[in-house]
Amino acid sequence: MSIRHGLLALLESGPRYGNQLRAEFESRTGATWPLNVGQVYTTLNRLERDGLVKPDGEDDSGHALYAITGDGRAELRVWYATPVDRQRPARDELAIKLAMAVGAPGVDISAVIQAQRAHTIGAMQDYTRLKAQALTTLEHPEAGSDDLAWLLVLEQLIFQAEAEARWLDHSEARLVRVARSAQARGDGTAPDRGRRGAARDAAR
Amino acid sequence: MTATPVLQLRQLARTHGSGPTEVHALRPLDLDVFPGELVAVMGPSGSGKSTLLTLAGGLDAPTSGTVTVEGTDLTTASRRDVAALRRRAIGYVFQDYNLIPALTAAENIALPRELDGIRAKKARTEALAALDEMGLADIADRFPDEISGGQQQRTAIARALVGDRRLVLADEPTGALDSETGESVLAVLRARCDAGAAGILVTHEPRFAAWADRVVFLRDGEVVDQTLRSDASALLTPGAAQ
Repeated sequence: MSIRHGLLALLESGPRYGNQLRAEFESRTGATWPLNVGQVYTTLNRLERDGLVKPDGEDDSGHALYAITGDGRAELRVWYATPVDRQRPARDELAIKLAMAVGAPGVDISAVIQAQRAHTIGAMQDYTRLKAQALTTLEHPEAGSDDLAWLLVLEQLIFQAEAEARWLDHSEARLVRVARSAQARGDGTAPDRGRRGAARDAAR
Repeated sequence: MTATPVLQLRQLARTHGSGPTEVHALRPLDLDVFPGELVAVMGPSGSGKSTLLTLAGGLDAPTSGTVTVEGTDLTTASRRDVAALRRRAIGYVFQDYNLIPALTAAENIALPRELDGIRAKKARTEALAALDEMGLADIADRFPDEISGGQQQRTAIARALVGDRRLVLADEPTGALDSETGESVLAVLRARCDAGAAGILVTHEPRFAAWADRVVFLRDGEVVDQTLRSDASALLTPGAAQ
């Protein structure tokens, strides 16, 4: 799981304490997935239980430090070498919503699509503005790997939103096409009530 | 915004044909574009995007309504005034680049400036600066058929941006460009608007539209929706959660 491996990855460059791990995780990912310090310590406890990290004394200010173990490094190598699983896609609320909207009485599916498209592209505008800032930051001589990491995360958000917007365009075009061929056949011959409903919605 | 819009469209409509074959390319539409603002126009083909752009640039006359650029109503101004405004104040980037084959890249950019009374030497200096901005300093003295499609496109963009253009109209300006180069074109367009120009960008690419301050969605010649650029959420600002 990503917090677990994220912490291992940060510990690979040397022992750290909980709040330091939280701050470093966030400076790489721009607080896109904010962590609270409680989550960090819970995760460290589990990593310690599994033998992947071990306590490593205290720093000068008395913070309890953790260090990665040999098993922890091995686990990290496996994580980097293994693709993120796409076999069982995460549940996607939008896909479920559109699936339910097909043929649903009183639902204008093209309005559902447009509302989502405006929202998704609005989010892309926000991400793109942050990206423009990040690109400017990267031109400074003192820019570091945290700045580059943040840019990569932002671009992932942009590409993911773009994929969603394209899928919405495609779905809309698909619905229009289905509606046209249903009309060409004559409304009465379409075999399935639900599909016909969707076609009518799309034709509006 | 309290500033005066660079471009103001009022009840702008364009109809082709009449009677049973009448096609409403654009239904009465209002739009203001202010200095510093980049507006993206999205929509399926046939939705009126390009019609909107050619009307805004005075390249076609509307069936009804007005187009005001920098205070001049293009629908009532003399042809001469419209031509001067088109040459000086409006920069166009269209899908076909319209470069003159017998002129080098730099000459293509300098020509409209010289026609406008700028001295040849100054026009060339401007042209070289515009090419440099597009990463094309090396090809200034090459002819259009000696450079790639992407370079031709960027030359056309440099020509559209040279001088003090207050209004930039771009129709799929990233068409022939790879994703990386397309992005750099958008960054230049964005920078030009940040410096005070007003821009309209017609595109079907969400990733490029996202550089705009506002995205307008057209369907069947009508605005069906638009987004505003919001303040980027604090959640996404590095370190904001600390």
